[in-house]
Amino acid sequence: MITITIDGQEIQAEEGQTVLEIAKANGIEIPTLCYHPLLSPYGACRLCTVEVAQRGRTSLETSCTYPAADGLAVQTRSLAVLEARRLVLGLLLSRCPNVPIIQDLAREHGITEPPFPTDTPDEKCILCGHCVRTCHELVKANVLNFSERGIERRVGPAFLEKTRDCIGCGACTIMCPTGAVEIVLEKEAVYKEKPLGPTSAIWVPSLQAMPLVPVIDTDVCIRFRQNDRTEGGIADACGACQMVCEADAIKFHQQDEIIELDVGAIIVATGFEMWDPHQLSQYSYGKSPNIITGMEFERLSNAGGPTGGEILLADGRKPERVAIIHCIGSRDHNAHPYCSRICCMYSLKQAHLVRDKTGAEVHEFYMDMRTSGKAYEEFYERVQEEGVTFVRGRSAEVEVLPDGKLRVKGEDANLGRMVQADVDMVVLSTAIEAPQDADRVASLFGLGRSEDGFFAEAHPKMRPVETNTDGVFLAGTAQGPRDVPDTVAHAGAAASMALAMLDKGEVTISPQIAVVDEELCSGCKTCIVLCPYTAIGFVEEENIARVNEVLCKGCGTCVAACPAGAIAGRHFTTEQIMAQIEGLFRMPVEQPVEVEGVRS
Amino acid sequence: MNDTNFEPRIVGFLCNWCTYAAADTAGISRMRQPPNVDIIRVMCTGRVDPVFILKAFAEGADGVIVSGCHPPGDCHYNNGNYKTFRRMPLVEALLAQYGIEKERFHWGWISGAEAPQWARLTREFTEQVCALGPLNWKRELESKEE
Repeated sequence: MITITIDGQEIQAEEGQTVLEIAKANGIEIPTLCYHPLLSPYGACRLCTVEVAQRGRTSLETSCTYPAADGLAVQTRSLAVLEARRLVLGLLLSRCPNVPIIQDLAREHGITEPPFPTDTPDEKCILCGHCVRTCHELVKANVLNFSERGIERRVGPAFLEKTRDCIGCGACTIMCPTGAVEIVLEKEAVYKEKPLGPTSAIWVPSLQAMPLVPVIDTDVCIRFRQNDRTEGGIADACGACQMVCEADAIKFHQQDEIIELDVGAIIVATGFEMWDPHQLSQYSYGKSPNIITGMEFERLSNAGGPTGGEILLADGRKPERVAIIHCIGSRDHNAHPYCSRICCMYSLKQAHLVRDKTGAEVHEFYMDMRTSGKAYEEFYERVQEEGVTFVRGRSAEVEVLPDGKLRVKGEDANLGRMVQADVDMVVLSTAIEAPQDADRVASLFGLGRSEDGFFAEAHPKMRPVETNTDGVFLAGTAQGPRDVPDTVAHAGAAASMALAMLDKGEVTISPQIAVVDEELCSGCKTCIVLCPYTAIGFVEEENIARVNEVLCKGCGTCVAACPAGAIAGRHFTTEQIMAQIEGLFRMPVEQPVEVEGVRS
Repeated sequence: MNDTNFEPRIVGFLCNWCTYAAADTAGISRMRQPPNVDIIRVMCTGRVDPVFILKAFAEGADGVIVSGCHPPGDCHYNNGNYKTFRRMPLVEALLAQYGIEKERFHWGWISGAEAPQWARLTREFTEQVCALGPLNWKRELESKEE
């Protein structure tokens, strides 16, 4: 530890720190332009000049480059310092008279007019080298550099020519203190690809994410891009996030890992996917940026979204008329015949949001308004009172007009005639459907799937969270469309069922198992290869097969196959089944009741 | 033998997990199905011994259905339905040797979620057996014994 004095204040500091770092850490303000905590100090702008006194001698030094030593006395606001800063700012303002940050700094120091005239009033670059150091030290792309000398000195790529070494990360534009570096996109499409997506390489998947942890998009992150581009040659580019993270939480080497757990129960809560409205081309999804799905609307109106929660059209204007179309892909035999159940309510909520945030006219095209649920009908009434126009009848078509407006056509079933509305924005309330990989999940856990593609429960009425596989339960939309309150209830039920099972500490197995009559068994081993659970073992000494009662699930395959009839399937013995068949034909034949439409 | 009053007796051997569940759901959902099919539940179609099928015909059945879980992968017991898949063609050949029409025997797959398919199968199979008329195998067997 060393002790230095800044403006008369004694400060303890680590050896090797610069005067500027110590001052900043102790809340002493020194103006800077070329300093950045993530970059090596450069001393280019000279703004951080301070007066240091050591061994009786004083001198003006740039604090960003001056290493502190024990007993150093520093003045940050002495007359000499302020005079030097005014000189520096006067020169900077003369070079760049129209850069706001320099104008502000100069004004703070009493300079309102540039002391020297310039021929290039639009100059913005102060040659601080922020961009150059960023490109070298962080990005490690080594694209930007200084070239020429004296008044010709400037920043740019080698020979000031276009280069393929630039990865277009844009770090230089972000780091430049005066806004002198711009990226000129040769194709604007680069940014248009993900209009509602994340805005930097590190982002929180959603503001409501649990846990609320940011992720690194490795497709955008400078470090991963440089590593991939050079095939590992530059593995330590950037790392700015790691340098500033005080919790030391950023680990670039983290990979997806497979964790094996031994568990007693599994709750399948794999959720749903949004149905892709491209499949019904009459709604023109994808043909106009103002035709969006309900999910995209949610992103748009989210306070953490790209517009900060403002509901805007693609060109930044506020919409004046909005149409919300229900049942896109639901209750439609060309897509999903079932009702997705949540869309009516979220469509009403979105209509409310549009009215509330923009005051735009809202037209809802619906087939039936399904607002069953606590306080849902009341909300529907409230939205009606807010002036939303409800049109009963599925919209037939959305047409993109040449001026960019959207024409929604449909039938008003209440009026019994065709209607159309020209609107600025169309929100499609798309169906929810089982995830694409549901078949793989189903075969992994031995689950059945109902006709709609969602996982089948053990019984539609009496066992809604259990499956036919013991110990595997269903929660939420994995089992079928449902909204948040219903999902919470369903998941709570699944958790209770799983806990009830685990809490017993033991599992009751079915008594329906196979038993080998050891007197009759001839030791042919036919049953052993048939058993899907390898529950039948062969006892060499006695030359017989024997069933492991814990492993046996009682399917009876071995019973049917045993050539000696030596295996009995308990509760489904051959005698019992034969007796059932005989019993059937002893019963008097009942005359079927006449039912219309059924053979009689 | 197209007696309009003929009501065929059909025995269905259904696996507990798929087709029995489908039949249960069909009932719960009040789907229309003829009452001619009597169901015998087995845990797996792999349990269905060909003897059961012959026994059912011998006792007076006019038709038999064996139905379980869809291959591949739907079987609750991993692969019991594959054993059925191998056995049933042999049963078909055996029935042909006894002179029993192949239309009187149906084997296939209906999952627990396919209640409408079960209801349709019962309707169509009952129609099909009805068109063939009574089998009378029991009477023939008894007369031979005498």
